[in-house]
Amino acid sequence: MSEQIEEQNPQRRWLRLVPLAIALVIGGFLFVGLSLKPKEIPSVLIGKAVPQFDLPAIPGRPKGLKSADLSGEVSLVNVFASWCVSCRAEHPLFMNLQARNIVPVHGLNYKDESTAALNWLRRYGDPYDRIGADLKGRVGIDWGVYGVPETFLVNAEGRIVCKHIGPVRQEDLDEKLLPAVEALRQGGTAQC
Amino acid sequence: MLAELGHYALVLALSVALIQATIPLLGAWRGDQGWIALARPAALVQCLLVVVAFAALMHAYVTSDFSVLNVATNSHSAKPLLYKISGVWGNHEGSLLLWLLILVLFGAAVAMFGNNLPASFRARVLSVQAMIAVGFLAFVLFTSNPFERLLPAPIDGRGLNPLLQDPGLAFHPPFLYLGYVGFSMAFSFAVAALIEGRVDAAWARWVRPWTLAAWCFLTLGIALGSWWAYYELGWGGWWFWDPVENASFMPWLAGTALLHSAIVVEKRDALKNWTVLLAIVTFSLSLLGTFLVRSGVLTSVHAFATDPARGVFILAFLIVVIAGSLTLYAVRAPAMKGGGLFAPVSREGGLVLNNLLLSTACATVLLGTLYPLFLDALTGDKITVGPPYFNATFGPLMLPALIAMAVGPMLAWKRADILGALQRLKFAIAATLAALFLTLVLAYDGPWMAIPGIALGVWIIAAALEEAAHRLRLFRAPIGESLRRLARSPRSAWGTTFAHAGAGMVIIGIVASSSWQVEKLQVMRTGEQVAVGEYSFKFLGATAIKGPNYDAVRGSFEVRRDGAHVDLMTPESRSYPEPPMETTEAAIRTGWGGDLYAVIGDPTADGAWSTRFYNKPMIHWIWMGCLFMVLGGLVSLSDRRHRVGAPARRNKNAKPLEVAKSVAGE
Repeated sequence: MSEQIEEQNPQRRWLRLVPLAIALVIGGFLFVGLSLKPKEIPSVLIGKAVPQFDLPAIPGRPKGLKSADLSGEVSLVNVFASWCVSCRAEHPLFMNLQARNIVPVHGLNYKDESTAALNWLRRYGDPYDRIGADLKGRVGIDWGVYGVPETFLVNAEGRIVCKHIGPVRQEDLDEKLLPAVEALRQGGTAQC
Repeated sequence: MLAELGHYALVLALSVALIQATIPLLGAWRGDQGWIALARPAALVQCLLVVVAFAALMHAYVTSDFSVLNVATNSHSAKPLLYKISGVWGNHEGSLLLWLLILVLFGAAVAMFGNNLPASFRARVLSVQAMIAVGFLAFVLFTSNPFERLLPAPIDGRGLNPLLQDPGLAFHPPFLYLGYVGFSMAFSFAVAALIEGRVDAAWARWVRPWTLAAWCFLTLGIALGSWWAYYELGWGGWWFWDPVENASFMPWLAGTALLHSAIVVEKRDALKNWTVLLAIVTFSLSLLGTFLVRSGVLTSVHAFATDPARGVFILAFLIVVIAGSLTLYAVRAPAMKGGGLFAPVSREGGLVLNNLLLSTACATVLLGTLYPLFLDALTGDKITVGPPYFNATFGPLMLPALIAMAVGPMLAWKRADILGALQRLKFAIAATLAALFLTLVLAYDGPWMAIPGIALGVWIIAAALEEAAHRLRLFRAPIGESLRRLARSPRSAWGTTFAHAGAGMVIIGIVASSSWQVEKLQVMRTGEQVAVGEYSFKFLGATAIKGPNYDAVRGSFEVRRDGAHVDLMTPESRSYPEPPMETTEAAIRTGWGGDLYAVIGDPTADGAWSTRFYNKPMIHWIWMGCLFMVLGGLVSLSDRRHRVGAPARRNKNAKPLEVAKSVAGE
């Protein structure tokens, strides 16, 4: 019974190709997903003072973030959101920066629900000094944010020195951001 | 030295796998017995080599050999031994090696115990198994070598993520992988059957125990993972529809469907095409899951892109395996014609309904998991698909499946009488109505969803019990006959009873704990008291303590009910130095009625502590239900049919056809 090859209805024959077609479409998307790289456009804001803003804290967590908080010492501003999966990849690095007291990291919580953000910080740890809750993403637009995560290096005068698009990796810290922090602290200039 | 030996063993294993993937397959095609016979020793040698490699890595971890990069990055000399061992698979490279180890162990099991399989078929199965191994070995050797040296060796390692230093999570990945890789057997059998061009009852009889075992492991792995999330993450949730969780849930859904459709192939010789497709899909989802979790194409699309070699390799491998097998399916599936005819209302019909609903549910989860990626690729928008989507789509699909699963085992094969079946479930119907009424009276002020939800759980459990009672003719025949029937009735039927009742328990646990949970968030000072439902928590103070490799703050809370002392609960907030991280250790008190759950958070500036308390009624039913499902799987696995019913050992040169026929006619 099962050995004999039956003539199939030609109309139903293409049905057998459906699983393959679905798999190929998914594979195509995964391939595009692989090559999805944040476009490396230098921010027009580099060298300029940080935009004027005053964001409230996430309800349930003290310390909001405003422009004035960013002058006085060199700091990193990390744009993050609980819905942003790549933020998890870079998160341990910020935890490390905070634990070793290397450079203060402030958070810009981008288009996020406050309870989700708090749960996220509880689950993965909270490395931030101040966090501004940018519920509508208005401040993010002023900063030129177009994807999360992004990280800005701000000097002691409150000027944006560089912008890192996408998750920060250990190499980015070691080769780009931390040397720049060091140079700025010595009173020099930095580019990245 | 041992690390180099491990590396070398992997290289050798790759060459053996290459031979095993080609020669026996060609041998089966040409009918060359010598080439066919190569499959068995090759599988055993390959297994031995991977065991050596795994042992070498294990040795490096246990002796804290920090000249091995992988150990230096993921271990620390101050770690307890258990976590040194679990550190082996707590990272990308090591977990791939564990995957490989399980794969070759399964392959060796077929080689050793597959005597009753036709030799050419066994050779094909082992060849397909070796093809998967080739992919993984090449991946490990070329992009993720766990034996890479780090010279000079650092004094100490960087440590394992403290969240992972937990007994629940130490054994979560091995069980998950035993499940994933177990489905590779179903896959290899399906592909071998497609090459051979035949699927019959003997095939199903071979595939089913493997699928069942894999399913049990996967169920246990998922349950362990969610239990870990529940007590370790410290906010009382146990399932988050996180891409990583979905990655393990999709193969589970497809595997559950496969388990049921294979029954139809075995008993009725129908649904063959579909079952073969399900076997391929289930393993494809396992592969997808492994890679989603390990390489984070979803957890972090961009992080994946940072190592293009790994990403491209993974994708290429996925495409070759999945598209290759599905192409073979498209070409060969029409050759397989189903035998048994059946009416829509019948046991087969019920199983088809089960399959339709489970695979649609699986597809919705797949869509929700990959949708952010699709959207990112098409428009550049970054979104997340959260619980609202899954609750809105997955729930309604599972509802009819759950209602029907109670009736399914009561239906006869070929043609059944649905009214008759319902009549035979009259006690279950009565119990369901009673549950409906009771929850209505006792919990009328709660969320309305709880009322039908609890009734649904009761319906499934009561129907499973009543079906078992019919099987024993309990209360209708003398007790002696019932006992005789108990001894004689097939274990697989008992497996169904346990597993279905377990599913009912999971439903009740989910519904009760989410509907009637009481949650309190409070900033407390020593001596203060807070009421959580009928319990009260009094804060006795917080003390600093020192663990083996962490410092912690331990809060003490006295729990009282109606003024009487119930328990002392001591949640901790731990901080690990290597790598620096804070974790919460919730204190959980499990009672008959449910769990009390206490968490201590950070101190405030003026010496008070943030605390959280939950009272979660019946939440432990979720994990008890999972254990019942696993128990059901194991009982069914022990059915003598799987041992005796399979074709007896006979002449190795017997024609495959004869063997197949002898089974079908058994």
